[in-house]
Amino acid sequence: MAFLEISGLNKSFKDHKVIHDLSIDLEKGEFLAVFGPSGCGKTVFLRLIAGMMPADSGDIVIDGQSVIDANPEDRDIGMAFQNYALYPHMTAFNNIASPLRSRHVTAAEVTARVNETARMLRIDHVLDHLPKALSQGQKQRTALARSLVGRPSVVLLDDPLRNVDAKIRYEMRFELPRVLRRYESTVIYVTQDYKEAMALGDRVAVLVDGAFSQAAAPREIYDMPSTMRIARLFGDPPINLLPVHPITGAAGTEMTVAGGTVRLPADRAALSGRECMFGIRSENVVVSLQPTDGIPMTLDAITPVNNRLVMLLGGNEGTELFASCPQGGPMDRLRGRHNAWITLDLAHAHFFDGSNGARI
Amino acid sequence: MNVKSVLRAVALTVIGLFFLFPLFWVVLMSFMTNADILRNPPSPFFSPTLHNYIALVSGELHTNVGTQKVTYMLNLFNSTVLSAFAVILSLILGVPAAYAFARYKFRLGEDMAFTLLSFRFAPPLLILLPLLMIFQSMGLYDTYFGLVWVYQLITLPLVLWIVRGYFEDVSEDIELAYRLDGHSWLSTFFRISIPLARPGIAAAALLSFIFAWNNFIFALILGSSGVQPVTVGAFAFVTASGIEYGQVAAALVFSIVPTLVLAMFTQRYLVEGLSLGAIKG
Repeated sequence: MAFLEISGLNKSFKDHKVIHDLSIDLEKGEFLAVFGPSGCGKTVFLRLIAGMMPADSGDIVIDGQSVIDANPEDRDIGMAFQNYALYPHMTAFNNIASPLRSRHVTAAEVTARVNETARMLRIDHVLDHLPKALSQGQKQRTALARSLVGRPSVVLLDDPLRNVDAKIRYEMRFELPRVLRRYESTVIYVTQDYKEAMALGDRVAVLVDGAFSQAAAPREIYDMPSTMRIARLFGDPPINLLPVHPITGAAGTEMTVAGGTVRLPADRAALSGRECMFGIRSENVVVSLQPTDGIPMTLDAITPVNNRLVMLLGGNEGTELFASCPQGGPMDRLRGRHNAWITLDLAHAHFFDGSNGARI
Repeated sequence: MNVKSVLRAVALTVIGLFFLFPLFWVVLMSFMTNADILRNPPSPFFSPTLHNYIALVSGELHTNVGTQKVTYMLNLFNSTVLSAFAVILSLILGVPAAYAFARYKFRLGEDMAFTLLSFRFAPPLLILLPLLMIFQSMGLYDTYFGLVWVYQLITLPLVLWIVRGYFEDVSEDIELAYRLDGHSWLSTFFRISIPLARPGIAAAALLSFIFAWNNFIFALILGSSGVQPVTVGAFAFVTASGIEYGQVAAALVFSIVPTLVLAMFTQRYLVEGLSLGAIKG
């Protein structure tokens, strides 16, 4: 039995279904990163777990106990809010001590545990400050310390790195897993940044239209997206998606991409005759400036992104493709338009149903 | 630039004088005899006397037709008791109600809040006669309790509507965070919501105290001299032999003091920007 079981959760506001038959199980100590575009229901999902609003139906079981009807204070959940939600009239120390105070811990132990947590998050020197005297990073760490100090069974982190600057965000990407492992917390981490989700989560769950359309290891989501929508959400630059119509002829199964003919591997023969979307990530598009037997296109623009060079290619019929390669090659100083020939690495190609976007 | 600032200073002085001069004149009058006050043309040069204040404190008013008892000190006490208890009762009832109106949507909620506000639109005279009869038959006429109760018409809507706005500004996330820490709803209300709405509660308390203090008509009709406040008590200086302007002025000076003290005391909370820095920014 899983440690945290969420099954068949539903929540609507008036006629608008925000959470729709959502289910997921978490093991003890697991770090689940929930990723979804804005407005997909992430915040409502967290609030349902926290008990801030009642669910229309469904169940939430923590460690064998159903908490769906419990008050927030009885659920043993820690939460760090996107806006920190610190108590403005209390010092950082009292903010962090709050979960301990409700548990009737002795004063000496409160001090010891607050100091320990604060030291770990490197805010022990600002414990006597009011929230308004704290920097953004310190506020965020105080909120995090408050959510962890009581060692709750489940920790909810609502996009806690959204409002901090890039440097702190990077630091915390390293620090968070270390801290959370120390507390053996079961974590649900909500984010709008797919890279953050992939960097932090043991598993990544993709929340689309109020339900998880895929929950898997980060690499698996990237390599085997279960729908076209997910494929589009992960990746920078975004995955190339082109409508294709493979036909099996004398030479095997072939499709037309950007005016060129591409022969599909034998195991893709089943695609023949189907209208589908062909997806390929930029790193699987190989560009050559010397003529090859690949598809001729024009290299329209080139720009560095995250240590890679991203190229924008134009083909006939207005087709556009992203390709990328590591920096440090002959392409680095390339300017202007060039003729190019591309080869597609079909071992990493994705095909999606043309009508419903499901992976084929 | 320089001309502008000079003009501004002049304008401010003129406005200041316009508003403060009556107050200044009243203070001056309270140290004059009736003869000085009524002299024409008026003159700021006179021999100051404490006669007016002594009359108020001792409760004996000597006029040229005889000695008359004044109950001004009792009126002052009544004003303090009535206003203070009216405000306290309004806070006890109004603050939780304001919280409910701010946080929860319930049937007829907005209608109830508006009805309470509408008490402020109706002229008191409209309801005074029936109210007097109800009070007489219920034994509430001429009691502190009765007046404190009827003052709720003045103070409760104020408290409710001012504090409600402040509760609406308190982030729900902060309250939820406190509850997730394991604290009950009630302790969240007292430890988080009320402290964060304190500037609003202080403002509402001060304003409703002033409104209650300045009320005249309810106390005039619904009480006799035993429970009447200063606003009604000042009437006693309109005597058979004429109006005792000096005593009226001294009474006014006395009646300003409690409100002034309260205002200075609550000012600290009024300007306290507690919510700053709570949420991002």
